Formats: sequence, structure tokens, C-alpha cells
Amino acid sequence: MSQQTKYETVIGLEVHCQLSTESKLFCSCPTNFGADVNKNTCPVCLGYPGALPVFNEKVIEYAVLFALGVGAEIKPKSYFARKQYFYPDLPKGYQITQFDKPYCEGGGILLSSGKKINLIRAHIEEDAGKSIHAEEYSYIDLNRAGIPLLEIVSEPELRTAAEASEYLKKLRMLVKYLGISDANLEEGSFRCDANISLRKHGDLEYGTRCEVKNLNSYRHIEQAIHYEVLRQSDLLDNGEKVVQQTLLFEESSGKTKPMRGKEDAHDYRYFSDPDLKAIVVSSDLVLQVKARMPKLPDQVYQHFTGNLGLTHQDATVLSSDKNVANFYEQLLTNLDSKLNEKQIANWLIETYLPASQQFSWDLAKPEISIDAFTSLLVMFSEGSISSTAAKKVFLYMIETKKTAKECVTELGLDQVNDKSVIVETVRKVLADNALQVEELKSGKQKVYGYLVGQVMKSSKGKFNPKLVNQLLQELLDEYK
Amino acid sequence: MNDGIIPYSSTAHQIANDFLANQLDIDELYNFYISRVNKNKAKTNSLTFFSDELVHAQLKQLKQLKEIAKKDDLPLAGVPIIIKDNIVDRDMPTSCGSRMLEGFRSGYDATVVQKLREAGAIIFAKANCDEFAMGSTNEHSYFGSVKNPWDVTKVPGGSSGGSAAAVAHDLAPVSIGSDTGGSIRQPASFCGIFGLKPTYGRVSRYGLVAFASSLDQVGPFARNVKDLALTYDVIKGFDEKDSTSVRSINESSCFDELGAMTDLKGLKLGCVVELRDSKLKPDLKKAYLNACDQLKKLGAKVVDISIPSLSNAVAAYYVLASAEAASNLARYDGVRYGYSGNDVDNIDDLYKSSRSQGFGKEVKQRIMLGTFVQSMGYYSSYYGKAEKYRNLMKEEFKQAFTEVDLLISPTCLSTAFKLGEKNKDPLEAYLTDIATVSANLVGIPALSMPIGFDDQNLPVGMQLMGPWYQESMILQAAYQYEQKNNYWHSRTPSI
Repeated sequence: MSQQTKYETVIGLEVHCQLSTESKLFCSCPTNFGADVNKNTCPVCLGYPGALPVFNEKVIEYAVLFALGVGAEIKPKSYFARKQYFYPDLPKGYQITQFDKPYCEGGGILLSSGKKINLIRAHIEEDAGKSIHAEEYSYIDLNRAGIPLLEIVSEPELRTAAEASEYLKKLRMLVKYLGISDANLEEGSFRCDANISLRKHGDLEYGTRCEVKNLNSYRHIEQAIHYEVLRQSDLLDNGEKVVQQTLLFEESSGKTKPMRGKEDAHDYRYFSDPDLKAIVVSSDLVLQVKARMPKLPDQVYQHFTGNLGLTHQDATVLSSDKNVANFYEQLLTNLDSKLNEKQIANWLIETYLPASQQFSWDLAKPEISIDAFTSLLVMFSEGSISSTAAKKVFLYMIETKKTAKECVTELGLDQVNDKSVIVETVRKVLADNALQVEELKSGKQKVYGYLVGQVMKSSKGKFNPKLVNQLLQELLDEYK
Repeated sequence: MNDGIIPYSSTAHQIANDFLANQLDIDELYNFYISRVNKNKAKTNSLTFFSDELVHAQLKQLKQLKEIAKKDDLPLAGVPIIIKDNIVDRDMPTSCGSRMLEGFRSGYDATVVQKLREAGAIIFAKANCDEFAMGSTNEHSYFGSVKNPWDVTKVPGGSSGGSAAAVAHDLAPVSIGSDTGGSIRQPASFCGIFGLKPTYGRVSRYGLVAFASSLDQVGPFARNVKDLALTYDVIKGFDEKDSTSVRSINESSCFDELGAMTDLKGLKLGCVVELRDSKLKPDLKKAYLNACDQLKKLGAKVVDISIPSLSNAVAAYYVLASAEAASNLARYDGVRYGYSGNDVDNIDDLYKSSRSQGFGKEVKQRIMLGTFVQSMGYYSSYYGKAEKYRNLMKEEFKQAFTEVDLLISPTCLSTAFKLGEKNKDPLEAYLTDIATVSANLVGIPALSMPIGFDDQNLPVGMQLMGPWYQESMILQAAYQYEQKNNYWHSRTPSI
């Protein structure tokens, strides 16, 4: 692995992020995923003769939200250009995009190490359709053609696969927080191309880069980068040159392969699209969007660690997803100090979230609602059920969809708080275990736990453990 | 319709008026027009599609509409209108004069067509044109050349040659064309009728098959100014489906304003010296100067004015128009619709065979030119330069309109030439557009009106160009001229 220390890896990422507007960028066709093939189409997005694009103004708001979210400079006026090339899933023979005058420049994403990855630019463009290659023929689905995309281009400031992966996770988290994209990797609403090159440590000039396309999971991105680093360093070690080319990541082998038919440097003949006017972003609009900016992941994290005193680990988990963060904050409000922030965080992280993942709940409208989970925690906080019981009840709630209270009754887990009842059992346990009591007296502290266990066992777990503890101590003191 | 309407006398405004006043038997009128079309369409080859069934179906609907609609909402009630074959409608094929789109049906109405329908017009037929509107002779149509009704050995002009020839030949009182560099005005001039290219953005381009998006504009042809204004009023206006269409500026009715002037007193006309002193043949120059005198007699002040940038207008035009055309025509790839090459093994072969067989020579020539001028290494010396030139021209025209109200020039430097005559040398053919391309490059409205005949009895046209959004002023001036010089009642095509 000497290669990896000999060369510095230079990575720049281009992310294509579908904006979740209801209609397409230049026509009123819906954008929903999974519609019947070629159903979400019209003369405009099919590129029919005579049809003309009309800019969906809603896209500006989404784009501005993004620019504000990454702290980029928003241009008051920007333009659409045509990028011209032939491809069967590109109905007009050109893609409407932004070229030399994008709507926003600069901004950046902060990694957990404190390193900021600067953005070159972000621009608005239309998505192409989808080609489905079968054996004899290729098939075209144009439902995707014309869906608004944000292309987000980073500076080549990423140095490792791990950094690249974190950058993408942060970026994805951000667009989801902003509510501008579903950023669903499997459905392709968040896609990434990576530009990868190597140079000797200390070199100022970049090496020749290769662009890897078709990266639709964090794992693939890391794999592709690792593979490219090996491939390129092998070439360089052997005195060969890296050829600038577009590569396709192959999932089955984990390798990159040259993309067929895309070897030549393209001349896209960009020019300003004469069918469309300039995109104008007024300062009023920026102010309006700013006013309804949601809290961003970094701010939420700061709030959780700083104001609420959560650990780095807990705050990271709870701020990683807007819905989780909202869920947590709603629980805090609902429980109104019945449990402290740390306890609530634990319940959410250890009990609720694993279940939500296991059953793939949509946290915006989960099967066990915030209110249902609140009432369970309230019962726990009031001492009417033990934590063990509460966990059992939670699983039973998922199974039966009944309320916490109903489940507690059905499971017979109502907690016993009556001291006289508990004392009686404790006495009996002490009497039955005289030998162990002697051992305890002689200093064998381990035996204490055994005695607690015996008491709880004979109560079938219903005794309030705090009271069991307290009463056991008292009675043991008497024995002394 | 044996005695009622005499050919060449039926006008759109009269038809609408009489029909709404129940003084016209609309079925009789259409029997006349249908038989006239069937008898005559082959003589000039001006139409690419005509179906009397479709006409009858529309008539049925129109009669119902007449019962429920307000009269004011039907300014073109019952008027047959012929549409250039590069404007889509829901019923007829739109082939753009190309094999590529032979028989292609779009399934939707262009905004212009929709507006005409709503105004009570009958979408009567589709007019032949140069392929994808590229040409000045109408010889570049897959469906054959159109012939000039004044002399069938001559071209009707182009690219809207079918629209012009059909109206000159009274297959309908009005027609719709498109003008990218003179494609309405030049054939209007060659066919001795009126044609208007409105300000860029005035008429929606939605449904007009794009040639050069920043230059294309839809406009009407008619045999008199009233019909021209009436039709223009119907088709103009903001359309949310066309981002380059303009929101209401001077939206008042040009038709109503035609009589606003009683003469041309106080109107200052700038005679463009670069176009008058160029290689005009003596008989054309005579007709042109005679018309200038007529305008003076009507009270207009005619002064000389120079627009130096005209010298490079044609070059700038062909660079920009071809570049946009190459881009706009990229969608014809044989994948989704239109002509698709056979026996192909892969996608590149499909593109090659579809496009080399589907497009004609002139279109391919312009795609090659347009691709070249935007390609790496040549962009700034061709496309970039032409764009700069266009901006310079805009400034010169702005300046000119501070000095004069309208600019006048011959519409063309010649009258209709022989079929095949300009086919050899494309450069020579392109240069004939010198008088018309600048209005498209700067986006101003311009009109061509008949002003007489040359030595061969072929019509001669004069062009009136006005400032942006001043269509009404141009139409009023043309109307005043027409009232004193109406050639349509003295002479008609003899075929």
C-alpha cells in the first residue's frame, strides 16, 4: 500500500439532486416517482415540435433555500443555456442547464473534522429521461425528463474516500432538512459523479482526472474511489499516464470501466437558450425565503450539545435527520421535564429508532406516533411501570396497535407501589435465603443483586424496583 | 355562390360582419371556397393539406358557437384561414415541408390557432412552405415548389410561399405565416399582397415549429389592410406558454385605429439609403420612388436615413439563425416521432440515417453551418461576433427611430424570379434577404405592402418598419396608402 502514501488523492464531487417540486422544471407534468412508464409527459418534456419551455418559478425558492443553506452567493440575474448532444433519453437534443452564469456561486459544507469543503457553484437544470438497456433493444422512459435538478459542484478539496462520503452525507442531510429534495439514493433523486486524480504530495498542480459516473450509494462511492486510487497509482508507478476519461462504476465487480461511446471530449456548443428569459432573484425573495428557513443540521447539533447537554454521539444521531430531531424536540415538549433530556434521548435512540428502522417507518408519520410514545414514557416516569416493562409494552404496542395503557393492562404489567405488599415479599425472600443474607453480612456484595432479583421474580417484575431497593436496604439494616 | 361573392372581393371583415348579421349563407360561402380550392390548388401547389370534412365539422361547431357567443368575441366569425405548415393544430398534419415530419400530427393547437378558433375562424387548410421555414423561394419543400399565381414559372417567395400564394390566389381571404428573416414580407411582396411581421414577442410562438427561436415571429397575410389588422388583433397578445411573449404593451385594437389618421400629415418616414441605392433594377426603383411620392402626397415627410450596420446584417443573420436552427432541429432524431431510418444496428446509425434521409439539402446545409459557428475554437469569431453585431444594430435602429417615425425601403431588391434560378448559389440567395433580416435581428415590426408592378407585370412591395410595439402606426400608414392606391381592384392574377 505504499502507493497510497506516495500520492495525494484529489476528489471533487458533482451531485445531481432532484428538487421535490410538484411539477417539472419547464412544464406542468407531475414529478412523482414510480408512475407508469412515459405517463408523466407532455409535448414540452417530450420535445415535440412547437412546444416551448416555461420556467417553474417554484424552483427559484428551492434553489435559494439551498444557496442560503450553504452560504453561497446568489446572483440577482442568471441565465439558462443549452447543452447540446444527442442521446435517446434527451428528447430535444439538448439539455436546458446553466453554463457560464449559474444562479449561485461559492458556499461550503463543514465536515466534522472542522474542514470546510468549498463549493464552486450550484445551478439549475433539467433531468434527462432514463434509458433501460435490454438485450436487443433499449427502452426509454421520459417520466424523469424535465424534473428540476440542482447540480452542486465542489472544489477538488476532498482527499479521502471517507471525506467524500461524509461530504455527501452532510449534503444530503442538508437538502432533506431544507425540504427541497427527497434525496433518495435508490430512486436516483440524489446522484453523484466523482472526479478523481492523484498527485505527488506537495505538488501544486493537479494530476489528470477521471470522472466516475453512476455512483448511487455511499458504499459505491467509497469503493470507486479506492479502486481509482489503486488503478491510477499503478499507472503512475509504472511511468504511464492517466488518460482523462469518463468511467462507469460497475456494481458487480466494484471496478470502474470506460464508458462506451463517451471517449471523445464533447463539444457541447453551449449557448444562451433563446426560449427562456433570465432567472431573476430579487432581494425581496431572498428575504422571504430567509424568513422561513428551517434550522439546519449543524445548528440543531449545536443546540443539542450546547443547550441540552447531550453527548456528541447522541446529538449526532438525533440531528442526523430532520424528522428524528423534530421527534425528539416534540417529546421534550410533551414530557415537560417528567424525564430529563438525556433520558428521553436514550429512550428514543435505544428503543424507538431501532424499531423505526426495523419496520421502515416514515418518521414524518410513523406507526407509533409521538403522542403514543409519549404516553408510554409518561407511565414510566410516573413509576407505574418499570423500564423493562416499558420496553415490553412498546413491542406489544407495535404488534397490537393498542394504546400504552391498554397494553400494560393486557400484559399485566401494572407496577406495584404499595410498600406493605412489597415489604411482605421482601421479608419472605430474606427468610428463605438466610444463607445468602449471612454471606452478604460477611461482605459478599454480589449477593445483594441476587436478593433483588428474587424479590422481583416473585412479583413477576411488577414491583417498583426503586421501592424494592429501598425496602430491602431497610430490612437488611434491621438484620444487622 | 354564383352571383353573390365575386372572387377577390370577399374580405375577412365583410364575411365576419355579414355572417354575424345573418346576411350571409355560410354554407354557400364554403361551397364556393371548397370548390375553388379543389379546382385550383394544383395550379400553385400552395397547400399541403386540405380536407372538406374537417371544414364541415368546424362549420357545425361554429354555428353552435354563434348562437351562444357574444358578437364582439367573434371578430373572425366564419372566415376561412390558411395556416402555414409549420404551425401545429390538433386536426391536420404539420409537416413543415419536410419528409422528416411527413404526416406528423401534434395533437395540440398552437396558441395562434387556438385564438383564431376562439375568434370564430375556420382553420381551412395547411400551406406549403420551405422546409422548416428555411428558404426564400419555397423551392425547398419536400412537397414540391410553390408557384407564383401571377406567373407560374416564377417563385412565390419564401419561406411562407404557400400562405402568400394561396391568399393572392384567393383560396382564402387571409392566411398565417411565420417570419424569421423575411419569410412573410418577401412572399407578400412577390405575390402582391400585404404581410405583417409583428414585434418579436407580440404573437405567441407556442405551436410554431421553431426555426430560430430569437427571430421567429408569426404574422398574417391579407389582400387588404383591414383584414391584416383584424387578423393581427386576434392572434397577438401575451401567452403564458411562451416565455418570450410580452405582457400588454399597446394592446388597443389596430383594426379600430385604422381610421385614426385621415392622411399622413406629421408622419416622418426615413427612406433607408443603403436599400434604395443598392442594385435596384430601374423598373423597381421607379415603382418604389413613385410610392414614395404617393406617401408624400398624402402628407408624409420623406427623408433619407442611413443605417450603416445593414452592410453586415445578412452575415450576422445567417450565423445566428443557422446556429439556433441546428439546435432546434436536434430533436428530430428518429427516436420518438417523425421519419425514422430503417435497417439500423445502433443508435448512431439511427441518427445518421434518419437525419440524412429525413432532411432536405437546404436544411442540412444550415445545420452544418449552424453547428460550425458554435463549435469550439470558432464560437467567438462567428457566433459571438454576430451577437455583438446584433446589439450594435439594435442601437442604430433605436437611434433611427428618434429621428423618424417609420423606416421605408423596398421589401426585396427584385420581384419574383424564375423557379430554379437561385438554386445554384446559396450565398446569392441569402443576400436577397438584405432588406428584411434586420427587422428580425432587432425585433421590430415590419410590413410589406404592394405598390405596383414591374416591367414583367410582377408585383412590387414596399416595406414599412416601425419602432417596437408600433404595429398600429405601420398599419395606419399602410391603410392610408391603400385607400388611394388599391391595386387589387385593378389587377388580379390571371390563372
